[in-house]
Amino acid sequence: MSPARTKVAPALEREHILLLLREMLRIRRFEEKAAELYSLAKIRGFLHLYIGEEAVAVGAMQSLREDDRIVATYRDHGHALARGLPMGALMAEMYGKTTGCSGGRGGSMHFFDASRRFYGGYAIVGGGLPVALGLALADAMQGNPLVTACFFGDGAVVEGEFHETMNLAALWHLPLLFLYENNLYAMGTAIERSQAQLDMELRARGYGVPAEVVDGMDVLAVEKAVRRGVEAVRGGGGPHLVELKTYRFRAHSLADPDLYRTKEEVEQWRTTRDPIDLFVAQQQIDEATLGELEAAVNAELDEAVAFAEAGPWEPVETLEEHVTTPVAP
Amino acid sequence: MTTTFREAIRAGMREALEGDPRVFLMGEDVGRYGGAFAVSMGLLEEFGPERVRDAPLSESAFVGAGIGAALAGMRPIVEVMTINFSMLALDQIVNNAATLRYMSGGQFSVPLVVRMTVGAGRQLACQHAHSLEAWYAHVPGIKAVAPATVADARAMVLAALEDPDPVFIFENAILYPLEGELEDGGLPLYRAAVRRAGTDVTLATYGGSVGKALEAAEQLAAEGVEAEVIDLRSLRPLDMDTVLESIAKTHRVVVVDEGWRTGSLAGEIGMQIAERGFDLLDWPPQRICSVEVPMPYAKHLEDAAIPNAERIVATVREMAI
Repeated sequence: MSPARTKVAPALEREHILLLLREMLRIRRFEEKAAELYSLAKIRGFLHLYIGEEAVAVGAMQSLREDDRIVATYRDHGHALARGLPMGALMAEMYGKTTGCSGGRGGSMHFFDASRRFYGGYAIVGGGLPVALGLALADAMQGNPLVTACFFGDGAVVEGEFHETMNLAALWHLPLLFLYENNLYAMGTAIERSQAQLDMELRARGYGVPAEVVDGMDVLAVEKAVRRGVEAVRGGGGPHLVELKTYRFRAHSLADPDLYRTKEEVEQWRTTRDPIDLFVAQQQIDEATLGELEAAVNAELDEAVAFAEAGPWEPVETLEEHVTTPVAP
Repeated sequence: MTTTFREAIRAGMREALEGDPRVFLMGEDVGRYGGAFAVSMGLLEEFGPERVRDAPLSESAFVGAGIGAALAGMRPIVEVMTINFSMLALDQIVNNAATLRYMSGGQFSVPLVVRMTVGAGRQLACQHAHSLEAWYAHVPGIKAVAPATVADARAMVLAALEDPDPVFIFENAILYPLEGELEDGGLPLYRAAVRRAGTDVTLATYGGSVGKALEAAEQLAAEGVEAEVIDLRSLRPLDMDTVLESIAKTHRVVVVDEGWRTGSLAGEIGMQIAERGFDLLDWPPQRICSVEVPMPYAKHLEDAAIPNAERIVATVREMAI
């Protein structure tokens, strides 16, 4: 048990541990189901799975408040689920149904939920960073004690947007938390082949942004590091960066033959660094408890699929709705 | 009250900054420098560095920040120095500002105003003087307007801030010293205006070319040809009703557009005329656009590259009026 949490009553502690595990399992099973439904052509387009990275989204969301703002990437299922977007609305979105969280206009890469301050999945790598900068700027200008948390990957850190945003967030001292989800590959390009300097702490320091590097497969470590970051940002410390070192167990998308890394490498990660397995072992979760959690997750998932199946198609007559705001004639 | 186009934009921004605490101006050198074209001169002193916010040369980040701030309840006015520089922010504009409302199923809107200069005539050569506004007018989800008068220079800023969606204001930089009346005619933002009534030919244009069309109309009047000059004002949405009403009267039309001919707004307008007003025409629709070269520096070459009154007059003379 982490020393930082020893003040919490043991029962509450246990409850929290199970919550983290349940949240990771929700993502894992959701993604497995999504892959299955993709092969059945229920889901189309690009599908980027979060399997292997569950501890990142789940750990990171714990210290973010309901009114904080979240900006995600196109690999957004885990972020959305951990943020509390209803599983059914996400599944329905991937079906392209009117009951989807973006009304069937976004799909897998563009989950949105205004009521949960989930500002969307951005599918231009690095494209969410300037938007997050603006959200944080608005809060700073309005005196809102809020944090904007922006997820981005190792592909984004070689985009100009990352550097422009880091510079401006630091220059303007904005309440922006950079959550660097480093899964070692930008699609098929390993970080060694795309980044001249792999030390993100050093790079962030170059912009005057404090950074912390953490094992993204350890949900408690993620939770603690992000909590420190959130507290620093909310406390007026300006932008912070947390690097979450992780790995995606599946291909970049279901269209990816995964030829750029060895099967052994993937297998090594899967068998020794699975965030759920690690957590179950670390926390000594017994079979019965795990079984109960799995059953609850499966029930939720069945319900989500049923919700997606049952949802109506958006009428084609509405094709042009939401391009611009309707104005009274 | 008589003032300049430049001061009219400033007056519009000042009114907005005074009237709405959510409004702020952000861009390169808008504060201490006073604006690259002196449009925001003095606003820093009046409203302070938070609300007249100098941004570094990070077009993608500060345009994106405008989008984010708009999402979070602010009413940003983002100034980009020239339309050529706005290419560095095109991803934020096309992939985010224009799509966020749609791809969120209507949950979010982006009440953002972006101002930028366009146009040639000041010998600024190949990377400062183009008219690429047709690219923006191509994109669903954003609106594009171009003031041609002093009154519109002010009124369009205020009206754009009232719009819940992203509005792009294209300011032809040759207009900044233009003098005229500040008072607003009260025309809705997305409606075209008849700047000169006529019966023989319709000259449809916008922004920096409106004055050239009016000058051509005066020359034509001396020859007994009465041209009607339409200031489109809005490039997206296009007010084709006003254009077609004019053609119903004149039966001839010339579209003047400082953009390049291929894929131009003039091409779009001409096609809409063909679709909706074919029977109204007594002569094939004509267009006068920029010659298809990057904008040259030398004065005589630049003059030859862009529309002018002489080219308009010469074109109309060929139209068998």
